[in-house]
Amino acid sequence: MPAPLTEELKRGLDAPICLTWELTYGCNLACVHCLSSSGRRDPRELSTGECKAVIDELRELQVFYVNIGGGEPTIRPDFYELVDHCVGTGVGVKFSTNGSTITPATAARLAGTDYVDVQISVDGADAATNDAVRGDGSFAMARRAMDNLAAANFGPFKISVVMTRHNVAQLDAFEALAGSYGAQLRLTRLRPSGRGADTWHELHPTNEQQVQLYRWLLDRPDVLTGDSFFHLSALGEPLPGLNLCGAGRVVCLIDPVGDVYACPFVLHDEFRAGSVRDVGGFTSVWRSSPLFLSLREPTSAGACASCGSYDACQGGCMAAKFFTGLPLDGPDPECVKGHGELALAGVAAGSAPSPGPGHSKPRPVAVTFRRK
Amino acid sequence: MLDTAAPYELHPQVALRPEPFGALAYHYGNRRLTFVRANELVELLRDLGAHDSVDDALAASDVVPARWPAFRNALANLEASEVIRARTAH
Amino acid sequence: MSDTVIAASDDVATDAADEDLVEEELLVEEVSIDGMCGVY
Repeated sequence: MPAPLTEELKRGLDAPICLTWELTYGCNLACVHCLSSSGRRDPRELSTGECKAVIDELRELQVFYVNIGGGEPTIRPDFYELVDHCVGTGVGVKFSTNGSTITPATAARLAGTDYVDVQISVDGADAATNDAVRGDGSFAMARRAMDNLAAANFGPFKISVVMTRHNVAQLDAFEALAGSYGAQLRLTRLRPSGRGADTWHELHPTNEQQVQLYRWLLDRPDVLTGDSFFHLSALGEPLPGLNLCGAGRVVCLIDPVGDVYACPFVLHDEFRAGSVRDVGGFTSVWRSSPLFLSLREPTSAGACASCGSYDACQGGCMAAKFFTGLPLDGPDPECVKGHGELALAGVAAGSAPSPGPGHSKPRPVAVTFRRK
Repeated sequence: MLDTAAPYELHPQVALRPEPFGALAYHYGNRRLTFVRANELVELLRDLGAHDSVDDALAASDVVPARWPAFRNALANLEASEVIRARTAH
Repeated sequence: MSDTVIAASDDVATDAADEDLVEEELLVEEVSIDGMCGVY
């Protein structure tokens, strides 16, 4: 009998199947939970030429598809040039956007380009819920982008939502929103990453909401999840997908300055594998970096060994554990059996690793004038 | 419906990438990803276009006849996901 | 789509010598390109 597919994938592949590429740290929004702490561009960002060289390498490796994000990737002046280079070279593209640059003209351009998928981010089914997280006017902007894509006959685009305590109640509304455009709905997990670290404890879904979400997803196998809820598989029948952490094994992240991380949710030195600017480029980072080699080693259940659900949940998400200060060989902070909550209680305040300020724009500071 | 007496081919928009377990088949058009879990099936997919029928391709392969039903089932699934398609005369 | 399709079960009748070949053959498995954790 051949080994279960997942066992083979855990050992890592010679090339990623797909990967995330954050093109820029610049962004016109300042979402409260931004996984990449984006806002300001980094002066060391990869040049157009360097980006094209990365794309050529991905083609050599036969990476099928690249998920482009940021920040807001479309603010790069060479964005379309790079998308065209991907498509022309044979690498499929999906890019994630807040929609601010999807005008009727850009929508028409995109409608004329094959092998490009568009994913619009919203975190609420109405302006009030969404804008509380993504900023005033961001919902309207996203809806305008969707309307423009529809008017340009772009075809099915994706609507991507990060699940929080405040939008689990809107699951049906999200489904209706996607349905109204013939779009694909995508729901993903909030990780305590980037600016998400600051508000994770208040924003992540409650235990009851997790169960509700799990049941809702089970009934709707067509809703995409990026396999981000595999920790919920301990609740029963596994959700569709590989149900495993792909970081460093089948996927990874390339950041705007060319650093390679295990995944977009662990932008931290601990999970930095190398740089595309290193000798040997991305290929040698993927194939020989000590970090990725260690992620491809078999792991033990550690503290989860006595729990009957470990096979289903694999101990959950590395990023969720890391940034909440939990050990990587123990339960996920949102462990459906409650083991994570217990473990969190033992974490000393302020001891969790910090994502650092990243590229967040400084918050406006109230200026007070003192008169003598 | 798979017609094993008809000629088939790997869909031109499908990339077949060898892996330790067999191959990954990615369809650039419909974005579907299939794990092909037997080297013999990978070989068969590559050779499909060179034979006048699926049956011929199977007969010419290293696959023992006892496994042909399983292989035909797999090919039927691959046709449903458009990884293979019936060849039309040009 | 993120459905996993498990295909190709082998229903060949048993014969002692064919014991090995009677096992279900999992020849193809479909997973959505969106079906792996760690990408946008």
